[in-house]
Amino acid sequence: MKSLLSLLFGLLLVLGSASAQELAPDAMVRQVTEDVLTVVRQDKDIQSGNTRKAIDLVESKVLPYFNFQRMTALAVGVDWKKATPEQKKRLSEEFKTLLVRTYSNALTSYKNQTVVYKPSKVAAGDAEAVVKTEIVQPGNRPVQLDYSLEKLGDSWKVYDVIVAGVSLVTNYRDTFKQEVSNNGIDGLITMLSNRNKQLESGRK
Amino acid sequence: MKPSLSNSVSCLACAVAILAGSGCATTANNPKDPFEGFNRAMFAVNEGLDVIVKPVAQGYDAAAPLPVKVVIGNFFGNIWDAWTAVNNLLQGKAGQAVSDVGRVLINSTAGIGGAFDVASEVGLTKHSEDFGQTLGKWGIGDGPYFYWPIIGPRTTRDSFGWLADTYFDPVWRIDNIAWRNSLVATRYIDRRASLLPSDKVVEEAAFDKYDYIRDAYLQHRRSEIFDGALPHELSDDDSLR
Repeated sequence: MKSLLSLLFGLLLVLGSASAQELAPDAMVRQVTEDVLTVVRQDKDIQSGNTRKAIDLVESKVLPYFNFQRMTALAVGVDWKKATPEQKKRLSEEFKTLLVRTYSNALTSYKNQTVVYKPSKVAAGDAEAVVKTEIVQPGNRPVQLDYSLEKLGDSWKVYDVIVAGVSLVTNYRDTFKQEVSNNGIDGLITMLSNRNKQLESGRK
Repeated sequence: MKPSLSNSVSCLACAVAILAGSGCATTANNPKDPFEGFNRAMFAVNEGLDVIVKPVAQGYDAAAPLPVKVVIGNFFGNIWDAWTAVNNLLQGKAGQAVSDVGRVLINSTAGIGGAFDVASEVGLTKHSEDFGQTLGKWGIGDGPYFYWPIIGPRTTRDSFGWLADTYFDPVWRIDNIAWRNSLVATRYIDRRASLLPSDKVVEEAAFDKYDYIRDAYLQHRRSEIFDGALPHELSDDDSLR
């Protein structure tokens, strides 16, 4: 009996340390979301539309869990292969800036929604996962908010965010494809960087 | 005057035929959007109308206390639930249809005429189905994309779906014209108000708002028709990493 107990205890320890190292994708999404919402709920500036503060929050709390290179590759589509490593780097930087702003703008519209986390099925050896959540707002239809994640080394990284069936990443695909066919990869980099500068300067 | 389905259908069919005939006059470089010229013009019309509609929605949003907005949202949501039940039945999802009927019964009685969403609290999930989704489930393809004045984006199939939705909409069938119009207007403003938070997000995320809305609408509808169970399009796109 005693040995069984110590075996159980040992097993718990192993499981416990494993989950501390690599948080399961659904647990990770929940933790990051709750961390961010805890701040937003107390921050009157963000609630009244201060995008700068929201961007700072997203950069510190959300960015480390996103794989922007993969996101950019998804948004660019087949043309991604044409890009040089240097172009890939610059594209990812610019696209990251735009996506962070989009995410931050969405946060400033937070009122009193609650987030429901749906159980996700991830097996031990899986390298890909989809975590489904639902934004519940009184008087309105709930909005589905899903994250696609992939396992990189020991940790999970988000590479797509899907709002009500709309991927914030692949929604750019036609636009990007057209720009690349008109002005090449460098044209797309310029388009993104001009847009970012324009938004940055227009900021209150 | 009640809307006549046959009139509206022939009117729409006529518009589609005229557009198809004048297809050569449009700048078609996106196969999903052969009538881009017309659509962009209508998009501009709507953006113009929104100069008036948006402040009204903002006023409503600011003036109405949250509980009032919730009651209004629930009231129209309850009417929509009944139509959702019909569409779920037409799509062969009997279980969901039964649950939707249960929702309407509970919310119309215990929820005092739909003012309170009691059914969600007892665990009956809210669904949302329209006739365009039903047609999609039956295998009818999107058809060309349209942007209509006031109504907004619809595929060809969903334009016909919208006609059916409107024809069977109990709000449009109210005999008292003053009542009917005020309910239609309230619902329109309530819907516009619910979109206010996404205005800035879309405005800043989009390189071209028209393109962004079109592509998002098409993705959204595809996901709705598959009830969100769309096989994730690109997760197997390993070559892109």
